[in-house]
Amino acid sequence: MRDVAVIGIGCTRFGEKWSESFRDMFVEAGALALEDAQLSGEKIDAMYVGNMSAGRFIEQEHIGALIADYAGMATRHIPSTRVEAACASGGLAFRQAVIAVASGMEDIVVAAGVEKMTDVEPGASTDALTGAADREWEGFVGATFPGLYAMIAKDYMHKYGMTREQLAQVAVKNHYNGARNPIAQFQQEITLDTVLRSTMVAEPLRLFDCSPITDGAAAVILAPLDRAREFTDTPIKVLATAQASDSIALHDRRDISTMDATVAAGQRAFKMAKLTHKDINMVEVHDCFSIAELCAIEDLGFCKKGTAGKFTADDETALGGKIPVNTSGGLKACGHPVGATGIKQVYEIVQQLRGTAGKRQIDGAKIGMTQNVGGTGATVAVHILGRV
Amino acid sequence: MVGIITYGVYIPRYRIKVEEIARVWGANAADITGGLGVFEKSVPDLDEDAATIAVEAARNALLRRYVDPKDIGAVYVGSESHPYAVKPTACTVGEAIGATPNMTAADFEFACKAGTAAIQTCMGMVKSNMIPFGLAIGSDVSQGAPGDALEYTAAAGGAAYVIGNNDPIATIHHTCSFTSDTPDFWRREGQDYPRHGGRFTGDPGYFKHVKGASNLLLEQTKKSPKDFTYAVFHQPNAKFPQKAAKDLGFTTEQIKPGLVVPRLGNTYSGASPIGLAATLDIAKPGDTIFVCSFGSGAGSDAFDIEVTDAIKSDVFKRDAAPGVEQQLKNPIYLDYARYAQHKGKLVMQS
Repeated sequence: MRDVAVIGIGCTRFGEKWSESFRDMFVEAGALALEDAQLSGEKIDAMYVGNMSAGRFIEQEHIGALIADYAGMATRHIPSTRVEAACASGGLAFRQAVIAVASGMEDIVVAAGVEKMTDVEPGASTDALTGAADREWEGFVGATFPGLYAMIAKDYMHKYGMTREQLAQVAVKNHYNGARNPIAQFQQEITLDTVLRSTMVAEPLRLFDCSPITDGAAAVILAPLDRAREFTDTPIKVLATAQASDSIALHDRRDISTMDATVAAGQRAFKMAKLTHKDINMVEVHDCFSIAELCAIEDLGFCKKGTAGKFTADDETALGGKIPVNTSGGLKACGHPVGATGIKQVYEIVQQLRGTAGKRQIDGAKIGMTQNVGGTGATVAVHILGRV
Repeated sequence: MVGIITYGVYIPRYRIKVEEIARVWGANAADITGGLGVFEKSVPDLDEDAATIAVEAARNALLRRYVDPKDIGAVYVGSESHPYAVKPTACTVGEAIGATPNMTAADFEFACKAGTAAIQTCMGMVKSNMIPFGLAIGSDVSQGAPGDALEYTAAAGGAAYVIGNNDPIATIHHTCSFTSDTPDFWRREGQDYPRHGGRFTGDPGYFKHVKGASNLLLEQTKKSPKDFTYAVFHQPNAKFPQKAAKDLGFTTEQIKPGLVVPRLGNTYSGASPIGLAATLDIAKPGDTIFVCSFGSGAGSDAFDIEVTDAIKSDVFKRDAAPGVEQQLKNPIYLDYARYAQHKGKLVMQS
């Protein structure tokens, strides 16, 4: 296998992009990535695009071809593939692109993610997202994602005695980071009170425990490491790519407040990179709900099971903490256009490793990690990236 | 100069509090009142509809100033809740005030701005000497599905404006509109309740059009917000007009007299006309009023209005009909069951 590097990155501003379509967004993200890599479209050999549910959100399928077409590559007939794994679609698209380059099949490959979620009313988007759970055993009987993650939070609080305030600190910290990220949907800081007084969604989760409905697109360009310097002075090496699966229904899990797929993917990634959690300078995790961030940092080994609440409340995951988590603002503040999130995580880590993360910059960042979750943990993609 | 000859308002006396509606749906009333800035809304009586409200408002207008009904050459009623899909409310109003038969009439629909569109139409007909006077009304028994966010604000009321060019109490110096095909809120034929695009009704709907028309008016009149004594914005809730006013550079004091939504609710086609009426209720000669309506679908009409000496003269008796403040006082509160009955949500077998 060849070593693979990220040579270009691009991301739209995330948010309610009323006047921009699905096509507008991925064209913008792709163009930004090409510009960043100082590359013309003619050099692209293949594309992988993460998208969860364009069929439900904008009634458009056949996304691979659509993107190739509007990216101006249809006349060159390059292979363009949609990758779907619910909210982990972006992470898996990145992994597919890495594999394509590592295998030697392709050289210059785009990994992108895009989701346009605000063209349908909120009930319809909630239902589309429910497709990431087990429709027959969860969705049809009324479970929604806030409800499922609320059960995880309840179970976690019961087992480990985490407080409501500790849980709220995840959102406070992510909004602090989001306020320093120009692409974030929400760029304002909040207080514990903001979270604790917000509308109850599914007990114990309140509005500010939940990531929002978001439009957005992100794209990165990969190349073999040995060719990377043709395009950039700061190639970022993909040190590990890992993916794991688990039961699709939450109730079939061994332990609902541990994501075994995160544990498995994390271990595989560390093994592949020959690193441990101590080597990671910052991590982007999948905080679709505040509780998910706590489970993720434990399941990746950054703190012991049951201690993530205190760890977070002690500012160990803040900028300047032991392990800064979600420097981008995470899904909570940056926004969560589901198919784009996994790529945006890579986008953030690459910025950190290049030293271009502005007010969110982690000093001396050398190695970063991403964790992207589909559903309640039925698919998890973990990547480790490092400076060369 | 073309302008407002007289005006009248009608608001049903019944109210329901937001917290009573929230109680029924298990919602947190403080979240809703905090989010919308609306605390109660008007409810029609059992036998009131957009037509009876339009008639009452027209009669209140004519109580304030004598206008020979035979000189009213046009009656236009804007509403989202015309009692008939086919058969004009405007004919009922024309008949009730004695303006028939030598007149033209039509019902207008442009979501919440049909009333101000009617004012513009009357202005054009008066200015072109087609008619001596035109009667423009915005009137609604607003619809909001049980349990929908609209139910907390959808209210009942209307205002009537006689438009003419002979000694108006307020001159309309200029009007302009900003319109686009925007599906933010809609109701199809045969449907009982409107549907809406949730948060899409905000920035791409209300704010784009209100700011669009407002800026256009300021640009065309070469005026700035500080040139106006008062300002009235369409008020589906209290937050939207306050934010629009602030963003455009108007002050809290300028919009205060016309901001009636916290105690009235959203009277849809009646909303901007009632806000203007509440402002005229306290206005003095020389006061200037900026008005910007909004109707989903979507568009806004903006007006540059100046109150004249006629508002203080013998020909106009402001106190001959109840003002907005007077009609907001002494309400009769209903519980949800009586409200449901008043709104025809309880259907009895015949």
